[in-house]
Amino acid sequence: MNRSPILTLSNISKRFAAQEVLTDFHLTINDGEFFTILGPSGCGKTTVLRLIAGFEQPNEGQILLNGEDIAGIPAEKRPVNTVFQSYALFPHLTVFDNVAFGLKMAGVDAQNIAVRVADALAIVRLSDFANRKPHQLSGGQKQRVAIARAVVNRPKILLLDESLSALDYKLRQQMQLELKQLQRQLGITFVYVTHDQEEALSMSDRIVVMHNGQAQQVGTPREIYEAPRNLFVAQFIGEINVFDGEITRELGEYQYQALINGVEREIRCNHRFTAGDKVHVMLRPEDLRIDCRPNALERKGFPGIVLERNYTGQTLNSHIRLENGQTVMAHEFFDEDDPDFDYSINQKVGVDWVPGWEHVIPAERAGKS
Amino acid sequence: MKAFKWSFIIAIFAYLYLPIGILVINSFNASKYGYEWKGFTFEWYAKLWENEALTQAFLNSLLVASLAATAATLIGTLMALALHRYRFPLKATASSLLFIVMMSPDIVLAITFLVIFIALGIQLGFWSLLIAHITFCLPFVVITVYAQLKGFDKYLLEAAQDLGASESRIFRLIILPLVFPAIVAGWLLSFTLSLDDVIISSFVTGPSFEILPIRVFSMVKVGVSPEVNVLATLLLAISLFLVTLSTLLLRRKH
Ligand SMILES: Nc1ncnc2c1ncn2[C@@H]1O[C@H](COP(=O)(O)OP(=O)(O)O)[C@@H](O)[C@H]1O
Ligand SMILES: [Mg+2]
Repeated sequence: MNRSPILTLSNISKRFAAQEVLTDFHLTINDGEFFTILGPSGCGKTTVLRLIAGFEQPNEGQILLNGEDIAGIPAEKRPVNTVFQSYALFPHLTVFDNVAFGLKMAGVDAQNIAVRVADALAIVRLSDFANRKPHQLSGGQKQRVAIARAVVNRPKILLLDESLSALDYKLRQQMQLELKQLQRQLGITFVYVTHDQEEALSMSDRIVVMHNGQAQQVGTPREIYEAPRNLFVAQFIGEINVFDGEITRELGEYQYQALINGVEREIRCNHRFTAGDKVHVMLRPEDLRIDCRPNALERKGFPGIVLERNYTGQTLNSHIRLENGQTVMAHEFFDEDDPDFDYSINQKVGVDWVPGWEHVIPAERAGKS
Repeated sequence: MKAFKWSFIIAIFAYLYLPIGILVINSFNASKYGYEWKGFTFEWYAKLWENEALTQAFLNSLLVASLAATAATLIGTLMALALHRYRFPLKATASSLLFIVMMSPDIVLAITFLVIFIALGIQLGFWSLLIAHITFCLPFVVITVYAQLKGFDKYLLEAAQDLGASESRIFRLIILPLVFPAIVAGWLLSFTLSLDDVIISSFVTGPSFEILPIRVFSMVKVGVSPEVNVLATLLLAISLFLVTLSTLLLRRKH
């Protein structure tokens, strides 16, 4: 998909009193994409949305909408609408009047308002609720009114701040699907804020991972999951095993020999290293293989013992302590031919992986190799 | 145990409301001294109606109460809005000053007003009384309206702005309808407070402008006449009505 940028944040800094909340922040969001800002609580996600909406002004840097600087445009004139975390529905107005509010402000005539509000309510499946007041709605319904109230104005960008976090698990799953469908149906650019990595991975076209007011990595869910750029991203997005290693020899382009946990292994990566460089060799739990053959000499991989195994229905999740004291996690799918597949606690096993499945980055912390 | 609980509750309510009940009954009692029931009558109500000094004082009281309540409501509402909307230096100080006015003993306020009026050379009478009443009603309005504003989602105003509403439309379409019940309640509260104030009023008004509580106070010095019972009953009815009304208005529906 080749899309043109609709919004560019460049070089943004934002301070509240002495606290620097965003530091030299860059971001490009493309027209029509479902873009997610993901990061732990307090990392500055809401602040980014408020800068885009116009509720806050950056101390430094520029925000370009379709190539034009919007610094001078007040929030009420920006072609951007927000779905607030608390919904912020007007309690004294009916659902209809809530949704009609933006159109009234824009001076749309009553007849058009009626049609467009009806459309918007139909999209969020609340046509029968037009005359209710907000306090007569459930959490999920309020959420949908808030979305209808924003999209009815046909904004260029829709900003959603942790919109689903107040809903219970089941409803949240359903709303994730609905939001994604809605975004495709409307073709509006969505900028969605969440601290839930699973939600981010399942809904987004692209994700920015934030930490301490800085963008750590921007990419598709797949890129972020499979090729995290640093330890923070790797560990924030799901579970990952990190082996510390040292490059011993270059074998070819992007192919090296490395010493990992006292064992020489061949690794592949898309970084350039030279002998002596320290690296992190990272593997997702589902990429590890456990060799449980009884003969220790036949077993491949790092030797270890099974500490714990959890049955989850689809996978068997094991915690294995390696000889150097490190604990790793492995998730294995059940093999249909072997319904009794299981380990016993303290069983001796080997931990291995398919060559080439490892993801290697330069070491960020000192470790033993 | 249950019997004890109930008799205790009844005793407390009797202690609180028996005197008021007797007063109300006596306002319809044909007996002038009220020691025994001599039959139902409206005589005292009619007498009160004919007592010009008393009705004049009553009208004066109503005038001051409605003017003071209106002014306090206007100023107080604006103050509450400013406290809610803007961050400014000494904001905390400003709101604690209001609390001080609210919590001060009446006698302290009364003396303060008197000293100020004398120092400024303001003649004690209608104006001094009105100014004093506006002042002591003000904090009640501010606090009522401010509490209502605080109770709403703080992102409501941003939501309205986000949807394209200008400052003046946000005020007209969102803020005003939301705080209107609190504004009315603040007015009713001020009206009641002003109507039954004795201490401050007796310090800051002069012989040129007499209001009801003071008139009554001087009357009862020579004995409680049946007309006073009638007046008290009427005031009680008015206060009850206004307090009920303001409670109903503040009961939140959302
Ligand atoms: N108006 C404000 N005044 C002072 N500090 C603020 C303000 N808004 C946000 N902050 C601070 O900025 C940091 C980032 O906040 P926020 O953007 O809300 O994070 P997130 O949405 O990622 O949880 C927090 O430490 C927060 O305390
Ligand atoms: Mg936030």
